[in-house]
Amino acid sequence: MSAADLLRRSAAELADALASGETTSVELTRASLDRIADVDGAVHAFLHVDAEGALAQAAASDARRAAGAPASALDGVPIAVKDVLATEGLPTTCGSRILEGWVPPYDATVVARLRAAGLPILGKTNMDEFAMGSSTEHSAYGPTHNPWDLDRIPGGSGGGSAAAVASFEAPLALGTDTGGSIRQPGAVTGTVGVKPTYGGVSRYGLVAMANSLDQVGPVTRTVLDSALLHEVIGGHDPLDSTSIDQPLPDLVAAARLGASGDMSGVRIGVIRELGGEGYQAGVQQRFDEAVRLLVAAGAEVVEVSCPSFVHALAAYYLIMPSEASSNLARFDAMRYGLRVIPEGVENPSAEEVMRATRDAGFGDEVKRRIILGTYALSSGYYDAYYGQAQKVRTLISRDFEAAFAQADVLVSPTAPTTAFRIGEKLDDPVAMYLNDIATIPANLAGVPGLSLPAGLAPEDGLPVGFQVLAPALADERLYRVGAALESLLEKEWGGPLLDRAPALEGARR
Amino acid sequence: MSTQTADTLLSFEEALERFDPAMGLEVHVELNTVTKMFCGCSTEFGAEPNTQTCPTCLGLPGSLPVVNGKAVESAIRIGLALNCEIAEWCRFARKNYFYPDMPKNFQTSQYDEPIAFDGWTEVTLLDGEGAGETFRVEIERAHMEEDTGKSLHVGTSGRIHGADYSLVDYNRAGIPLIEIVTRPITGAREKAPAVARAYVAHLRDLLLGLGVSDVRMEQGSLRCDVNLSLAPRVSAGSTTDVPLGTRTETKNVNSLRSVERAARYEISRQAAILVEGGSVLQETRHWHEDTGITTSGREKSDAEDYRYFPEPDLVPVAPSRAWVEELRATLPEPPREHRARLQALWGFADLEMRDVVAAGAIPVIEATVAAGTTPQAARKWWLSDLARRANEQGVDLSDLPITPEQVARVQALVDEGALNDKLARQVIDGVVAGEGDPDAVVAARGLAIVSDEGALGDAVDRAIEANPDVAAKIRDGKVAAAGALIGVVMKDMRGQADAGRVRELIIEKLS
Amino acid sequence: MPEISRDEVAHLATLARIELSDAELDHLAPQLSVILESIASIAEVAAADIPPTSHAVPLTNVFRADEPRPGLTAEQALSGAPEAEQQRFAVPRILGDEQ
Repeated sequence: MSAADLLRRSAAELADALASGETTSVELTRASLDRIADVDGAVHAFLHVDAEGALAQAAASDARRAAGAPASALDGVPIAVKDVLATEGLPTTCGSRILEGWVPPYDATVVARLRAAGLPILGKTNMDEFAMGSSTEHSAYGPTHNPWDLDRIPGGSGGGSAAAVASFEAPLALGTDTGGSIRQPGAVTGTVGVKPTYGGVSRYGLVAMANSLDQVGPVTRTVLDSALLHEVIGGHDPLDSTSIDQPLPDLVAAARLGASGDMSGVRIGVIRELGGEGYQAGVQQRFDEAVRLLVAAGAEVVEVSCPSFVHALAAYYLIMPSEASSNLARFDAMRYGLRVIPEGVENPSAEEVMRATRDAGFGDEVKRRIILGTYALSSGYYDAYYGQAQKVRTLISRDFEAAFAQADVLVSPTAPTTAFRIGEKLDDPVAMYLNDIATIPANLAGVPGLSLPAGLAPEDGLPVGFQVLAPALADERLYRVGAALESLLEKEWGGPLLDRAPALEGARR
Repeated sequence: MSTQTADTLLSFEEALERFDPAMGLEVHVELNTVTKMFCGCSTEFGAEPNTQTCPTCLGLPGSLPVVNGKAVESAIRIGLALNCEIAEWCRFARKNYFYPDMPKNFQTSQYDEPIAFDGWTEVTLLDGEGAGETFRVEIERAHMEEDTGKSLHVGTSGRIHGADYSLVDYNRAGIPLIEIVTRPITGAREKAPAVARAYVAHLRDLLLGLGVSDVRMEQGSLRCDVNLSLAPRVSAGSTTDVPLGTRTETKNVNSLRSVERAARYEISRQAAILVEGGSVLQETRHWHEDTGITTSGREKSDAEDYRYFPEPDLVPVAPSRAWVEELRATLPEPPREHRARLQALWGFADLEMRDVVAAGAIPVIEATVAAGTTPQAARKWWLSDLARRANEQGVDLSDLPITPEQVARVQALVDEGALNDKLARQVIDGVVAGEGDPDAVVAARGLAIVSDEGALGDAVDRAIEANPDVAAKIRDGKVAAAGALIGVVMKDMRGQADAGRVRELIIEKLS
Repeated sequence: MPEISRDEVAHLATLARIELSDAELDHLAPQLSVILESIASIAEVAAADIPPTSHAVPLTNVFRADEPRPGLTAEQALSGAPEAEQQRFAVPRILGDEQ
């Protein structure tokens, strides 16, 4: 089997190939590393590649297979990890100068679970600084490029993980989603991304942006692969107080069931507020076509209204910066990370060093959000801002409750547009924030969401994302509906959407 | 350099003629849980620097807190012992401010939803004027939070100001703290400083009784901040409401005696400012144990804004009423009932008991009695000799380098006839001087009573020979005169004889 | 909803311990005003009787047993320290007091 052939297979197929002895983990891992060496100069999905470590883990995996004791179904399938997750012995920068060179002395729980399940870790993927952004342009280490068009953004904040998967550098990746950072990059790169129910996957070791919204989730090329990965990382963790102490639903079975394409008996709610005005024509068109496919497959479609969703963005841009301003206070040059001694100050004080370091170490978007959050939490403003935003959260949850009374899942376009050009919205924060308008409500309410490719927008030939939302703890519904739509669409297309992406071999930077 | 010069003071008496003090006391208690508030690190005191940390208490990126259930239990029990309401639902909050020994640059604490609130307790003045008098102190709240790391300031002065740099140890960071806050204590007048001290002593005994803290003030496991303000004195019987004056907060007053002294000092200092027509600055002040003064710290300004918000990484604490009642059932007897019961049990007169309470000697006497000594003997040791030593050293009885068990052993040796009172005091000396257990001191110093009848008989003979007139009186039946001869024998024996036996021998030989 | 002034941004930067240059203040203040304007609508949304949501999933009483867990060695703890001395984190001189 050629390396190119291996690279294009799904993780589920690779797991089968490993199980049958058709390939080895070392072979797979080497193929991924070679592909990274080949194309990452152009894509820049990775901030750090750990070739040596990944190959050692692959060899160990092969040894387990040879001994007849694989650690999991995905044992030996390599994976890329977003640089916001702590990895013992591997640099973890969160895309920020302030953490340049920091090597955590511990593993995030999800990383520990990857290691326990035997997945070799290829390296750490690029992201907007501290996950603040929708384009990965806010990385202190330079932007990631969309494999569909290198002049365009791969979405964000997890543009690195999405681009790594879309450019076949890795079969699997981990992302994190606070307001859409898994789903929106998935949409604009033609990949699959899942934000699990809040509390469904441990946040221990995830460097927090907004603790009450953050979730770790799978970034893959197929719905089944997401289910497989979700089962590896999910489930209760005593180190995370917000972790749900219940077994995960059978996600892989739901994905396999969905793949039959039969949607009879499934009620699909189209959210009126997430579509129409403000949504690119080709995005809306592909979304509508996908809904029609589901109907043809037996689904019942209803339109639902979630009137409070119009306030979701405002609530999000109060809660998120408030929590972030407090979370990022720890980056103060005292215990780890960057320390900048201010110039022209004799024997500077700790406070002066903190101020200088935080000015030099944080980028513009981070500073904007810290200032905004500091403002929103200030006495005198708290009730009007943070307090009010928390009430909007309640209203949004109520909207979801009412909508889920009418439908098993809710659907919308994942993002209002396809990938925009690098630099286009960099200094217009409000325009940038609008990218997350359809993904944010799920984070505010804690419900799970999945994005999968719905085709290419006719006007620009770029991928469009289709979002499926389910009630809290009912993540299996995402996989059932997602896998069904995926198989229906691929039947129409005659193969995966990514088959139509540029090859990238020898791509220029 | 901080200015450590004393301020102008008004005499305490004069200050109280013109002003009424109002006091609020904030006590921080380190719980004696095995692990920290939000992580599984050990809380043991005195470990090598930075050996008791983990990602969570170091505030490493990505780490998360998980509440120590035992700490919640202790907080509820403290609340109950202070007659507080226990919240049905409350949350932790982040108190945001930057300080290098606070790893996250926010303290995980509780803000407007404390676990315990609206309580009261009664304290008894220990000594001096009004000893035995009780005061009711209203408790505003008791809440859970975490401790900070410890900084070592390196440089010329060794203090914060003037240090070239600091060295931080995070072993203490994250140790569970309960902060207990009183409502303003007014109307105590000249007794206010004594009430402050009595309150802290009372809390210490109460916490010790609950078994929730080591309450070792010298190790910082109980720390007191004294908030104090003065208002112009209202004539007796007046109903006019006089507003509270500007308050100062004197931080980290770490002994019972200092609590009283710091309160006195602030009364005199603030009064001096006010009579000059000045105004008291709202500020934090530092107590200096050595010089007995407070100095200006940080000015409290409006710019200080802690930006509290509910801690998103922790879920609410909602103690069920059943759990609260279960914990209530584990409370020890309240101190007042405890005292009454012990007084009856020990058979002490009211006056005797008052002295015992004033000296803070209940726990040590209890332990001594438990080790087999009679209550009267235990009281005698702790309230005479040992109380004097504690006074001289300015420490509490329980901090003396002798244990109740050791005192009990000394008394047992007296009861066995192996020691007399004078020798026993020398043994106590030896134990306090660090020479070891009573038996070791007896052996090393050779303090046992000489029970060699031959040697004793010889000494009696020598005494009779040297004092023929006294001997004659005894022969004539004036037995009371034997005392003079006993003294001579005891001196001859360098105190190491049983006076009773000596007396018997004298009378035997002269009858 | 008030616009955010340059002075206010400077004050917030002080609270947040970020040394902003004049150029940064000039750049950030108007951007923050625009952001605030775009979220101003929130003030009118929710009525007083709506309870706030601070946690998406309603859990309570998540406690840990008071049992020690192995933590980091001093070497690991200090591994990221910009400076260390005597097995402690060396930090520049500290002004002001603990709170």
